[in-house]
Amino acid sequence: MNPGYRKERIDRGIKVRSDDVFVLASMRDLLYVVLPRALVIILLLIFPAFQDILGSYWQNVMLSTMVIALLALSWDLLAGIGLVSLGQSLFFGMGGYLAGYLSFTFGWGPLYTLPVATVGGALLSTLTLYPILRLRGIYFGMITFAVPLLLSRVIEVTKILGGTEGMSSLPSFPNTGFELYLVMAVLFVTVYAYRMLVGTDYGLVFNAIRDNDRAVVAAGYDIQWYKAQGVFIAALPACFAGAFMTHHFQFVGMPAFALDYSILPLTSVVIGGVGTFFGAVLGSFVLVPLSELLREFGSLRVVVYSLMLLVFTIGLPEGIFRFVLRKYHQFERLVPMEEASNE
Amino acid sequence: MNNKTILQLVDLSKSFGAVKAVNGVSFELKRGEALGVIGPNGSGKSTLINLITGFVRPTSGKVIFKGRDITGIPPHKAVNLGIARSFQLARPFYNIPVYKNVVIPVYSPRARKHLGAKYGDRDEVAIHLLEDVGFERDSQVPYKNAGELPHGYLKRLELARCLALDPDLIILDELFSGMSMSEIASILPLLERIREEGKTLIMVEHRLSELFRVVDKTVVLNFGKKIAEGTPRQVMAVEEVTSAYLGSEVISNA
Repeated sequence: MNPGYRKERIDRGIKVRSDDVFVLASMRDLLYVVLPRALVIILLLIFPAFQDILGSYWQNVMLSTMVIALLALSWDLLAGIGLVSLGQSLFFGMGGYLAGYLSFTFGWGPLYTLPVATVGGALLSTLTLYPILRLRGIYFGMITFAVPLLLSRVIEVTKILGGTEGMSSLPSFPNTGFELYLVMAVLFVTVYAYRMLVGTDYGLVFNAIRDNDRAVVAAGYDIQWYKAQGVFIAALPACFAGAFMTHHFQFVGMPAFALDYSILPLTSVVIGGVGTFFGAVLGSFVLVPLSELLREFGSLRVVVYSLMLLVFTIGLPEGIFRFVLRKYHQFERLVPMEEASNE
Repeated sequence: MNNKTILQLVDLSKSFGAVKAVNGVSFELKRGEALGVIGPNGSGKSTLINLITGFVRPTSGKVIFKGRDITGIPPHKAVNLGIARSFQLARPFYNIPVYKNVVIPVYSPRARKHLGAKYGDRDEVAIHLLEDVGFERDSQVPYKNAGELPHGYLKRLELARCLALDPDLIILDELFSGMSMSEIASILPLLERIREEGKTLIMVEHRLSELFRVVDKTVVLNFGKKIAEGTPRQVMAVEEVTSAYLGSEVISNA
């Protein structure tokens, strides 16, 4: 009789581990904890140094990867409040157009437009979404999906903000290295700030709204106001991304509201894993370069996104990040199954 | 209405389309009293709670709390005035540890004003509250995700979430439903203590004999109307009440 085998999972390395509290007993333990984080940060930091080897093409891929990562982070925070956004391009477009408008009309440089468009764009986006914040689930998603499409049509028809032509010849950044480090800094700050935020009681309220909004109301919270604050905080990095790309392209136009800026972030989070923020970034770093490699397939790339969405939602719903994390902290071994006892 | 009155309902009504879920209900409740609201299924008990707590806006009538007209105010404002409620279906914040479930109300505007617990201390306050309702501090239970709690504990958690708000009026919607006799027996002293602290209690219940051990006054609803009011003994003596419950009309008509 073959008793068969089962997988046993054993915690690796450090014995005492609860969430983010580690007990470090040796240099090895220290490396175990610090190395993966440090490695990622170092790799990112030295990336721009390989400018000559990689060429400007991959520099630009890196830029758009980080821009999508910012949008994905924003998506992940919203999902933590129970707001599933299908229209991240709203934030991107708001930030982009605001920076473009300020720059085009008043001749402001990125030094001024970036902060103003980040905060102002987030405010405008929050005001736009405020009336629909009471909607839940798919209804909220559907409206967020429609709003950016609607805005780009309005711009097309009314010919405001440059209409179909957009606004061009805007001031740019000094060089690509500067651009890379700027977005990277914002990315680091966002991940850090969001991770901190969800650890506080204030951030806890967001997650509680996701789990059971009526019980949060019954605890005396004005959840409409809380959701508005959440949307504002989520809109900040996304609006920055839009404003940044406006100056990167030295142009802003209707593509700022394009579907890509809604689909790519969402897919990234699904691939990387919802609710960790690291997952959102990791997902973008997988998806965006991959989609660049598939550029020659043209519009067939959408098929790849869809397939990846399908494969990951079914095959690895926890996302790559949690999967890797588990593999890192535990090892598995096969142990013979005890024979089933008669009960 | 004197200053001992904490809650007064005046001709309160709510219609959903043609259905009058609550139809002209009036009663008064004094500070420190415990009121039981009973009635058959669909008699409007839960709607009545929703009307008092602001979750549903009344069609007509008034809710007066601590001498202030609070008819139709948003539910979070009702909480901040001192009305806490539990839900019939105890739904915790599933993906959040049990004690963090209590941190939510401990962090709320009202509790911050009343308890004044700072960040970090709030965890301690929450665990204290959980102990009060019968969670064992040293067990792993308060640190588990609330989604893993058995039903009896969920009801206790609901109670802890209410108490965290330091309310003047606590409204419990079918706290006893789904609880075993021994679970109820262990929670009765707690309700007793809440009353001793001078808090006013409204309990909506189906389990009458257990309810009558807590409350000193009962309101009976049937088809949205108040059909009796008085001590448990008084209301159970009313023929309309027993027939509403036992369906003697239906039986005699059949």
